[in-house]
Amino acid sequence: MNNNTTALPSFFEDSGSDRKGILSWLLTTDHKRIGLMYLYMVLGMFIVGVCLGLLIRLELIAPGKDIMEAQTYNAVFTLHGVIMIFIVVIPSIPAAIGNLVLPIQLGAEDVAFPRLNLFSWWLYLIGTVLALFSLFTGGGAPDTGWTFYVPFSEFTTTNVNVAVLAVFILGFSSILTGINFITTIHRLRAPGITWTKMPLFAWSLYATGWIQVLATPVLGITVLLIFVERVLGVGLFDPNKGGDPILYQHLFWIYSHPAVYIMILPAMGVVSEIIPVFARKSIFGYKAIAVSSLMIAFAGSLVWAHHMFTSGMSDTAVLIFSLLTFIVAIPSAIKVFNWVATLYKGSIIIEPPLVYALGFIFLFSIGGLTGLVLGSAGTDVHVHDTYFVVSHFHYVIFGGTGFGLFAALHFWLPKFYGRMYNKRVANWAFGILFVGFNTLYLPLFVIGLEGMPRRYYDYLPQYQTGHLISTIGSWILAVGLLIMFVNLYRGITRGKKIGRNPWGGATLEWQVPSPPPLLNFDKEPDTSGKPYSYKGVERDE
Amino acid sequence: MSEHNGHVLSVKLLTYILAVLLLLTFITVAATRVDFGYFKVVVALALATTKSLFVILFFMHLKYENRFIKFIVFMCFLILAIFIGMTFLDVAYR
Repeated sequence: MNNNTTALPSFFEDSGSDRKGILSWLLTTDHKRIGLMYLYMVLGMFIVGVCLGLLIRLELIAPGKDIMEAQTYNAVFTLHGVIMIFIVVIPSIPAAIGNLVLPIQLGAEDVAFPRLNLFSWWLYLIGTVLALFSLFTGGGAPDTGWTFYVPFSEFTTTNVNVAVLAVFILGFSSILTGINFITTIHRLRAPGITWTKMPLFAWSLYATGWIQVLATPVLGITVLLIFVERVLGVGLFDPNKGGDPILYQHLFWIYSHPAVYIMILPAMGVVSEIIPVFARKSIFGYKAIAVSSLMIAFAGSLVWAHHMFTSGMSDTAVLIFSLLTFIVAIPSAIKVFNWVATLYKGSIIIEPPLVYALGFIFLFSIGGLTGLVLGSAGTDVHVHDTYFVVSHFHYVIFGGTGFGLFAALHFWLPKFYGRMYNKRVANWAFGILFVGFNTLYLPLFVIGLEGMPRRYYDYLPQYQTGHLISTIGSWILAVGLLIMFVNLYRGITRGKKIGRNPWGGATLEWQVPSPPPLLNFDKEPDTSGKPYSYKGVERDE
Repeated sequence: MSEHNGHVLSVKLLTYILAVLLLLTFITVAATRVDFGYFKVVVALALATTKSLFVILFFMHLKYENRFIKFIVFMCFLILAIFIGMTFLDVAYR
């Protein structure tokens, strides 16, 4: 084991300022500290979101009222969606893991705009607090669903005003992070890190950054329009005043469909980093994966209206958006093909990061392929707004981004804490998570196909078996999450100390000490090698 | 790159641009009194785009930036145009 022989203190010990204690974190401009602050908040709110999800599942265990009233149920699923989408999933990998890893992978000391980075985190904090504030003030927790669809969101007496303001502020945080990462990638790459030698995680963040910058303002404007409608009653979306409620859906999904790619692209980047390291083989089709990230970002921005096939849109638009939706499947499939091809004939080492990454590929593939059922206008008519959509969405976002985040945590947390978790427990946690996940969400495909509508508080007895199995699955999943998080926590606090390169990676973050010093590098980074060439690279446990 | 290139526009040119923008604002208001029928949105968007182009090119100095920055801004506008165009694809055929 290589104990860190560097004389430089780690970023935990050296904040780069005279401030001590909590202020040295809250006012830091160090990308690693900001990344960890994002991570702590994301994981904290993830636990809240999971608890709300468990409550939803418990309420649905049997028809009729079980543990809560219908109005409470509406508020709980709204909150579950808002927290999970805007506060957990969107910033999870881009802002938290991206902040930790991106500058080091590029050979930079920090992001391009460190103060703007801190400002982004503060906006994220304020947005999160406001979202929670909306629960306990005004007319009670919002009950619109995370989509805030008009006309209901215009007229409901619950506290939608504060909730949309929270989303507005969270959106700004996301935009600023996107600007920061794009600029960092353009301007701060170390000599030798050319575009075709840049790690694929950085490529995925680059594509994500553009979506954040171009699509998020549309959401900001849209939720602001709801606020204007509620306060001033202008009638933008009210047919009685010449408005158009479908226009709201267009504006909402112009952001919210590309947002799915804000969520999934960085997770794909994580998988692209992990697979070659544990296959001990250069990534298959580097350029194809890099370009497919940009293709997904571009094509994914043109397909939003497949969420609206049954909303009264014109048939011409339905036809065109359905066609475009199928095009997005191509770059996604290119990635999956390249990951599998990388594994083919590799010297595969089964370690927890790889196990979680493989979980991602399996679950995301199911999520992606069921997306084609929804993208095809003919079949979508039958399953629109049913539990089929709920299941598809969770396979993509939880099975995809969630497992991508878990893979990233198992891959990079040892680097930033300098300690290793218990690998055996991590593998067991994955097994339980995987079983729980599929027990929870697979039955929802079935009852969705049978016609069970989403968001309903009550249901016909014929759907009870599916709901019961799904609820049992939610408990198994919760146990898996608990074991995984406890194991990671024990690992970073009491785990075995590690050297610079515990996995034998070839990207620059594996050249720096674990944990890294304040400005990342204790010596000039060696950028002569390729990011996925493992010749001469040894594991340093 | 163009950072800190110190390009300063003359007061005369800035005044001309201001005058053009005021004129376009006047035309925008006047255009609301004419019924363009199906093309009213096109006219409104064309006027708004022209005004924003003047602001971006001169007040925000895009005219004096390098090709890469111009390309990036062009792409942003292109995507915005696609967003708006495809939304109206629905409205036009509904």
